[in-house]
Amino acid sequence: MEFLWDFFVAPFLDMIEYPTFLGEVAISGLLTGVMYSLVALGFVLIFKASQVFNFAQGAMVLFAALTLVGLMEHGVPVWGALPVTAIVMVALAFAIERGMLRPLINQPPITLFMATIGLSFLLEGAGEWVWGSNVKALDLGIPSSPVDVAGMLLNEFDMIAALVAAVLVAALALLFQHTPMGRALRAVADDPQAALSLGISLRTIWIIVWSVAGIVAIVAGIMWGAKSGVQFSLSLIALKALPVLILGGLTSVPGAIVGGLIIGLGEKVAEVYWGPVIGGAIENWFAYMLAMLVLMFRPQGLFGEKIIERV
Amino acid sequence: MRAAMPAEARVGHPEPGEPMLSVEGIALRFGGVQALAGVEFTIYAGEICAIIGPNGAGKTSMLNVLNGAYQPSEGTITFKGRTRRKMHPRVAAMEGMARTFQNVALFKGMSTLDNVMAGRNLKMHSNFVACLLPVGPSRAEEARHRAYADEVISFLEIEDIRNVPVGRLPYGLQKRVELARALAAEPDLLLLDEPMTGMNRSEKAEMCRFVLETKARFGTTMALIEHDMSVVMELSDHIIVLDYGRKIADGTPEEVRNDQTVIDAYLGVATEDDA
Amino acid sequence: MIVLSYFNDLYGTFFATRSRTINTVFVTVISLLALFAVPTLANEYWLQAILIPFLVFALAALGLNLLTGFAGQLSLGTGGFMAVGAYAAFKMTTAWPEMDIIAIFFISGFFAAGVGILFGLPSLRIKGFYLAVATLAAQFFLIWLFNRVPWFYNDNPSGTITAPPRTFAGVMVTGPEAAAEVRYLVALVLLAVFVFFSWNLMRSRFGRAWMAVRDMDVAAEIVGIPLLRTKLLAFGVSSYLCGVAGALFVFLYLGSAETIAFDVNVSFLVLFMIIVGGLGSIAGSIIGAAFITILPIFLTNLNPILGIDLAVDIAKHIEVIIFGGLIIVILILEPHGIARLIAITRERLRI
Repeated sequence: MEFLWDFFVAPFLDMIEYPTFLGEVAISGLLTGVMYSLVALGFVLIFKASQVFNFAQGAMVLFAALTLVGLMEHGVPVWGALPVTAIVMVALAFAIERGMLRPLINQPPITLFMATIGLSFLLEGAGEWVWGSNVKALDLGIPSSPVDVAGMLLNEFDMIAALVAAVLVAALALLFQHTPMGRALRAVADDPQAALSLGISLRTIWIIVWSVAGIVAIVAGIMWGAKSGVQFSLSLIALKALPVLILGGLTSVPGAIVGGLIIGLGEKVAEVYWGPVIGGAIENWFAYMLAMLVLMFRPQGLFGEKIIERV
Repeated sequence: MRAAMPAEARVGHPEPGEPMLSVEGIALRFGGVQALAGVEFTIYAGEICAIIGPNGAGKTSMLNVLNGAYQPSEGTITFKGRTRRKMHPRVAAMEGMARTFQNVALFKGMSTLDNVMAGRNLKMHSNFVACLLPVGPSRAEEARHRAYADEVISFLEIEDIRNVPVGRLPYGLQKRVELARALAAEPDLLLLDEPMTGMNRSEKAEMCRFVLETKARFGTTMALIEHDMSVVMELSDHIIVLDYGRKIADGTPEEVRNDQTVIDAYLGVATEDDA
Repeated sequence: MIVLSYFNDLYGTFFATRSRTINTVFVTVISLLALFAVPTLANEYWLQAILIPFLVFALAALGLNLLTGFAGQLSLGTGGFMAVGAYAAFKMTTAWPEMDIIAIFFISGFFAAGVGILFGLPSLRIKGFYLAVATLAAQFFLIWLFNRVPWFYNDNPSGTITAPPRTFAGVMVTGPEAAAEVRYLVALVLLAVFVFFSWNLMRSRFGRAWMAVRDMDVAAEIVGIPLLRTKLLAFGVSSYLCGVAGALFVFLYLGSAETIAFDVNVSFLVLFMIIVGGLGSIAGSIIGAAFITILPIFLTNLNPILGIDLAVDIAKHIEVIIFGGLIIVILILEPHGIARLIAITRERLRI
């Protein structure tokens, strides 16, 4: 009985009694969610343009962060390390296109998916081999001091991260909507065959999206790295972009963002209010369970296009 | 070959000439597109019925409605005396309907024999535990059905590809394996969606022979979609013409050939295409 | 004799069909070696560090391969399902110490099967990578559950489960006193039994239904194969084998374990085994398990041989890189893995 009370009634009473605290929890959840969205964004870009479900996006985030911090540890200033990391990520895109995508062209999607699992191991191993596996601090000089907003204590760093994410998303949206490259990308996403007949090179497109996803990974890596240190567990955090993605629908940029917000908010609120009742640390699986439940009722995700199977 | 087949008592199995399947008032919509509207016809037991019409007339949609791949928004389907609002693919299979697909829907990683055996899946009932053992009832059942599958395979003259994974076969042979899989189910009604597309003249002639032999030896009722008018006229006892999702003609080949609506809507165009 | 002919058949189909005599000789020799020569000749290190984990992982790989390679449902929850088997065996053997340990191994799989079926339910509506993500839910949730609920590890303050000393027919099978030879033989015989069952199952109507669902589920439904029932059975059988493997993992190999022993990396490892060995090949599961178990040991021993002195953590990173690279290379060169490569080679050599 007591458990039922604790589970079904008490959390809601707490929420009503201390609305400011609920606000803090909610906003901190949403801000974390923005960071999930950042990782998920890379997935969506790649999936839209090449139908590859890139399991290695999380590893790319880790790899980018490791490269950046590693360079800085060797005395390279930020303004030097950033472009070098970007070049590394673009080079990586070329390598992936040449070494993995091109030989696997026309293979079933699930084969490519498994190949990206291999890729994620490759990247994690390589990143840690070159730069070491100790936890590295990434200090951007942004204070993580609490700020008072409407009576709620919020973390300044989280808000800046959210701002950066918003800018990035806006930039990507502009890129997609208003540049010739963006139009080409959308053409490929809509109908690869037609795009090919228009003379759009699939390989070029792949290199571009994997490069852009790499750059997005740098931003996500910086944000996550500055928040919780650059270390192996980063790729596990980034793995959570998978449920975000499933929730939002694989092909939808707004879906990735809303999905990230829902997961961030949901798992934070669940952890704070229900975690203590059922043992804590439910953040580890909450996102996956939520995504699975949504899939049961809406297999294409919240924003995804309905899949009509034809024979 | 007939003798080798157990003469199973089929409940509600219509005698030749009686209605095998009839539909009434079938309507199907995809979003805003009306794929089928008010379609009604009857396919009689023992006949070969061709469903023809220009591209986009709704022929494949109609077949999909018949075996339950699509669910119509209106209308009824009566199969072997039982009327339903909609079919379900598995129910259709259990009731004795088999089909092939325009683009071949085989199990590509499996051998020809396994594909044909999969067609007999509904006739096999060994329990799970028996299937774990190398001897006993499950193996006996397996051997029995393999014998039947081999008969179908030799009937369609595909013995030499019996153990080849079908993904490696040329298109024409895949079409034949798919027919074998459908026949292995001993269906009462066989739906063939463009069984001769992508075939050259001699392959087509061969396929025609198999369709006619199937009718002769198994007495299977068939509904087929085909574009090649000479094939249609040669094979069918009964022709249904669809255009823009509606039925515009229904009769013997002779009647349809002389129907002015059909000539206007379809045959003229097709003749030009063929030329 | 029937058994032998079936193993011969198994070997024959997966490698080549040319010479039954050679196959019979080969299988007989392997079986005799595995049963008699290996336990007498191999030292403690070989049994404990290489052969026992190999056999345990071969069983897990077999389980995953039935689900992924044969039924086409990709799962990243293997570690979680193994954990269910391990914890079920632990709870049963501590609750009823007099119960036969081999019986417990067999029963523990049923718990895993139940959980597997539960998490297989979404497979009716979702497939491919969507399903893979859903199975990650199983992985993370189960590990969390076994970590957070003390009942599962009998309130042991260290949070570990330990294999208690248990006998089978008077011989100590588990616990610190159990000889490595005995543990090896138990694992070997269990693996052989399950390989034998799986082999027959895959050649029955169930195996065909699984492969049909894998190759084209729409067409499978049209020949009358019930999709949900077929997929759930695949989840059940697969999880059963993974569950037994999990129990053996703790009881015959690790001795004691925490949930970390079953984390998501185990799921990846077993997936790598079946990709390397051969998706949809029973022999491939075993070959892949051998390859992935031995590779790290090979790499560690390479250093002293070549005179390169790598730090332990660097060797570990290189191992991860090799695993990752290997997967990509195998998928590109031979998506059916080593099992197919061996078959092709035999075909060429005509043996």
